[in-house]
Amino acid sequence: MAQIKNSKLLANPLNLQNPITVQVLGICSSLAVTVQMKPAFVMGLSVTLVTAFSNLIISALRNTIPNRIRIIVQLVVVAALVIIVDQALKAYVYDVWKQLSVFVGLIITNCILMGRLEAFAMGNKPIPSFIDGIGNGLGYSIILLTLAFIRELLGSGSIWGYKVMPPLVYQLGYENNGLMILPPMAVILIGLIIWAQRSWKKELIEK
Amino acid sequence: MNTEKNSYIFIYSTIMVLVIAAALTVVALQLKPAQENNVRIEKMQNILQSVNISSTPKDAELIYKEKITETFVINNTGVLVENKSAFDINLADELKKEKAEERLFPVFVCTPNKNDSIKYFIVQLRGKGLWGPIWGYMSFNTDLNTVYGCMFDHKGETPGLGAEINTAVFQTQFKGKTIFDENNKFTSIATVKGGAKDNDTHGVDAISGGTITSKGLEQMLYDCLKNYESYFSKNKK
Repeated sequence: MAQIKNSKLLANPLNLQNPITVQVLGICSSLAVTVQMKPAFVMGLSVTLVTAFSNLIISALRNTIPNRIRIIVQLVVVAALVIIVDQALKAYVYDVWKQLSVFVGLIITNCILMGRLEAFAMGNKPIPSFIDGIGNGLGYSIILLTLAFIRELLGSGSIWGYKVMPPLVYQLGYENNGLMILPPMAVILIGLIIWAQRSWKKELIEK
Repeated sequence: MNTEKNSYIFIYSTIMVLVIAAALTVVALQLKPAQENNVRIEKMQNILQSVNISSTPKDAELIYKEKITETFVINNTGVLVENKSAFDINLADELKKEKAEERLFPVFVCTPNKNDSIKYFIVQLRGKGLWGPIWGYMSFNTDLNTVYGCMFDHKGETPGLGAEINTAVFQTQFKGKTIFDENNKFTSIATVKGGAKDNDTHGVDAISGGTITSKGLEQMLYDCLKNYESYFSKNKK
């Protein structure tokens, strides 16, 4: 593992090792917070920060952590970071914090975090772990933003809260697709993204 | 070093928990003023929304200071209580007080235009929905009978069903409704299953699929407005 270049650690999770579409982790929150782009962006940023710093801290401590309580130690570190992010959001972006509501707290249970801590941070040096955390956070964010872009555009006719669909289109009989706002459509969209990605990168197709 | 010894594990976990607890305490204390300010501004926005004035978190404080010209506190017999700040009253705490006569209720008076005498009286509401608390503000014309506007919000009602109480579609129904009948008897406003009749001045359409939230809202209106009843009766014009 140690031979992998840092640039690969950053780039792999964006595509070939994407946490959502390839590792299929963190699906729950990606369905819930992608109705609009702004909360999706803040959620992606929060997850990236928490993954990066928990990877860094756990990796720095990895030789001191008693094996029998390692999951507990990981959880305590992640939980502390999540609480800090949650409190900071509440203080500085109150309206987004209200929209994200319970999902910031649920970053604690996001499989991407525990997955990266167990699979990478426990066996690698702090700097590569930090980069791995950022890479996975960004891979998560990219999918979140893609989903949110499609869902907000087709579901509400806006992007980042600004109306982009011209009124003329509505006069011609176009309607916002209410289904886009509901979670089932997010599952279908993720499915479509996975399909597109595997058609493009054939090596991802399981035999 | 042997990291698998029980004593090591105990010491390790104790230190870890203490360090993290200390760090979180510092963060929480640092961010508290900003968070409380956000809550305060949200309250101002809510009050303004009930008189149909829209505001953003940035300009809410300025607009509030300009439009809300008077505030006072009353008790459930309609008597003014001196030396209390209406804005700082926490209605949830007041409603929990055992003795009804000790409960205090805020009234906010909005003068939308400085130069004329039009005033709206805003009262605060709080009750129970299906999953958690619901709350809101309701404003009345100077006759203290006709609703001018209202806002409702909720903690965790079902999206698409009970959560619809915080939408404009639901809230605009209340405008023009009255809470006293022809004989000046307090009747409040009901949420009517199947839809309120056009000439019903004491009823609005309930939310389909949101029966318990609708009923909770109706109960909230009745219970909270009841506390203002004696003040309203005395000061009606």
